[in-house]
Amino acid sequence: MIASLLRIDNWWMITMCFLVALPCALLGAFLILRRMSLVGDAISHSALPGIVVAFAFVGDLSSPWLLVGAAIAGVLVTFLIEQIHRHTRIKQDAAIGIAFTSLFALGLVLIRVLLGDKVHLHQDSVLEGNVSHVAYAATVNVFGFDVPDSIIPAAIVAVVTLVLIMIFYRVLTLSSFDSGLAASFGYKPAMVHYTLMAVISVVVVSAFEAVGAILVIALLILPGATAYLCTHRLKLMLVLSVVHALSSSILGVYLSVLFNGKESAGVVVAGTILFIIAWMFGPADGVIIKAIQRRNNTLEESNSKLLKH
Amino acid sequence: MIIEISNFGIHLALTLGQKAPIAAICVGICCGLLGCFVVLRRVALLGDAISHAVFPGVVAGFMWSDERNPWIIFLCALLAGLLGVIVVRAIVSSTKLKSDAALGIVLASFFAIGIFWNSTQQFVGVNSFLFGDLTTISDDDLWLMLGSTLIVSVLIFLFLRPFRVLSFDEGFAIGLGYPVKLLNGLFFGLLAFSVVVALQAVGVILVSAMLITPAATAYLLTDRIQKMMGLSVLLGIIAALGGWLIANLDVRFQSGPMITLVAAFIFALTYFLAPRHGVLSKFLRHSGMKSRVHRENTLKAIYRIIESDGFKAAGVGVEQLAEVRKLSFEQVSKDGQQLVRNGEASWEEGKSAIYLTSPGWRRAAEIVRNHRLWELYLTDQADYAADHVHEDAEKIEHILGADTVRKLERDLNFPEFDPHGKPIPSLEATLQIERAIGKQEETGY
Repeated sequence: MIASLLRIDNWWMITMCFLVALPCALLGAFLILRRMSLVGDAISHSALPGIVVAFAFVGDLSSPWLLVGAAIAGVLVTFLIEQIHRHTRIKQDAAIGIAFTSLFALGLVLIRVLLGDKVHLHQDSVLEGNVSHVAYAATVNVFGFDVPDSIIPAAIVAVVTLVLIMIFYRVLTLSSFDSGLAASFGYKPAMVHYTLMAVISVVVVSAFEAVGAILVIALLILPGATAYLCTHRLKLMLVLSVVHALSSSILGVYLSVLFNGKESAGVVVAGTILFIIAWMFGPADGVIIKAIQRRNNTLEESNSKLLKH
Repeated sequence: MIIEISNFGIHLALTLGQKAPIAAICVGICCGLLGCFVVLRRVALLGDAISHAVFPGVVAGFMWSDERNPWIIFLCALLAGLLGVIVVRAIVSSTKLKSDAALGIVLASFFAIGIFWNSTQQFVGVNSFLFGDLTTISDDDLWLMLGSTLIVSVLIFLFLRPFRVLSFDEGFAIGLGYPVKLLNGLFFGLLAFSVVVALQAVGVILVSAMLITPAATAYLLTDRIQKMMGLSVLLGIIAALGGWLIANLDVRFQSGPMITLVAAFIFALTYFLAPRHGVLSKFLRHSGMKSRVHRENTLKAIYRIIESDGFKAAGVGVEQLAEVRKLSFEQVSKDGQQLVRNGEASWEEGKSAIYLTSPGWRRAAEIVRNHRLWELYLTDQADYAADHVHEDAEKIEHILGADTVRKLERDLNFPEFDPHGKPIPSLEATLQIERAIGKQEETGY
């Protein structure tokens, strides 16, 4: 089994999963801090109509126009949510529910109506995505290595996201923790908000082909949540999110080889396992760690009481 | 055309006797009823999380039953949904993660487990649970749906009072001595139950649309919970039947997405057109109010000019008015036109001055009276400083009703002057001045 994991195709799949999971993990950490995990959920569902319309025009799943379409859809859904809950008495959670279900439904209808029987984009791939084709894809020569061509856009998105986060680290951090203070420094919170949403939509689309529209929520939220259970320092949290993304990619592909299942779902299942481990044993917030601490505290207390008497 | 319509009618009559529309009605009732509480309690996305969380249960049901037995699938899905709720609650209560993250984690990881499991086995028919397919509903499915709709409706009817209290104020429910934990358990159980019921019709992903959208639409239409529940059920049924009928028009359409889109369309209409809470009606109300306030401010400025002249003339020059209002000449002329159209003023020849008519004069005095009475009230009864009261009075003067003004006058013992020493025009004084100005004018001509 280990031998089959070491096959070169599997390493390409792991690389692909990691490249897709990496930007999601970094952005997801900020989503968790901003308590907007479910906006990520909404965006990942509603990117679908944007992708479908763009695909109907260009007919190519790896075209950059898909990113544009999805970014527009992503900003559109955040805008719709804002409109619904600002102008009526419907609360944000219901507004999210209304907006993303209708856009997702629109996407599903458009797939059937616009694309008909075109093979590459059907409903299963919306849900599950597909990573295994990396192994059979045509290769391109990059710096002397033969690299599957579908990895390249994912790599570009990952690098660009990484660079963007490094450049705007201060703005992002500040506006996540205290949007009032950020505004007083002259950063526009609405601007940061919508830009973040647009970037997330782009990342979601680049993950779309690999993991589909729904599993990407897990890639967004699980690493950040797992890291948050281990540390409350932001930089460390980001690093741990990346570690989570990497280890769940490796473990996930291994799982899928072991059980002969979908790689995309395998990566999320692996991520879930890591989350459960952190939930139990996480140094910052783990259930068992806290229980031990509590017991030590009561022991100390009773000892000191004993000493007093 | 007529043939088409009658064909459609026959088609409708034939199809209404089928299983699919009955199932659609069941879903409308179930989700519509529970959706009201979901929207009011702000747990809309818990419905979404549950609907994704039931998926591994569906797969387990396929795994452990030989012939796609709906009862076993139903039971497994229900258990998975409840497990999802429990995990969400456990994450929130035992860690610092907020409920949004907990919902996202449960939603995505349960769903992924389902997908992974399904991909290792490749069951046929699981997909109809993902996207919803009314056409594959069997007799057993239908009985299941009818039975569970009945159970959900009866339970909600029985527990209407505690559920209602719980949705608006959980603390109050505890105070009343309701077993809140038990009731919450029942509520989330029912929620999981109805999600599973709706699963076949609209699918895992779009169940939350059926839970949220009709109820939210009803929430925009009424303030009473009974009415909201009725409307929500009605809208749910309309959306389910309408979506299913549209899906029948073309083989490429599926019932799940179509039902969702019909519900969203009804919501969009309501969002704009609802009589009280709609955006359009709010906008119209707001702009009506704004133009009234503007008109009244013009009247007030005219009054103040006449007052500073010692009530000698009934009219003011437009230029003078522009100066007091700090607006352009054109703008003030437009404002004057508004007053004239409203019967509150008339133009002098050549439109260089405005004369207040009798109703205009009375309204102007009323606004000034409101303003100055309120200022006096704030300084005398609420201990405000005299230089802090103007802004407040500027706003309230347009809203005070006749009864409140009479009461203010009585409470302040029919005052003559405001805190700044300006006279408060009482009703009688206004009429007197009106007569005096009228006479001057008669003699003047």
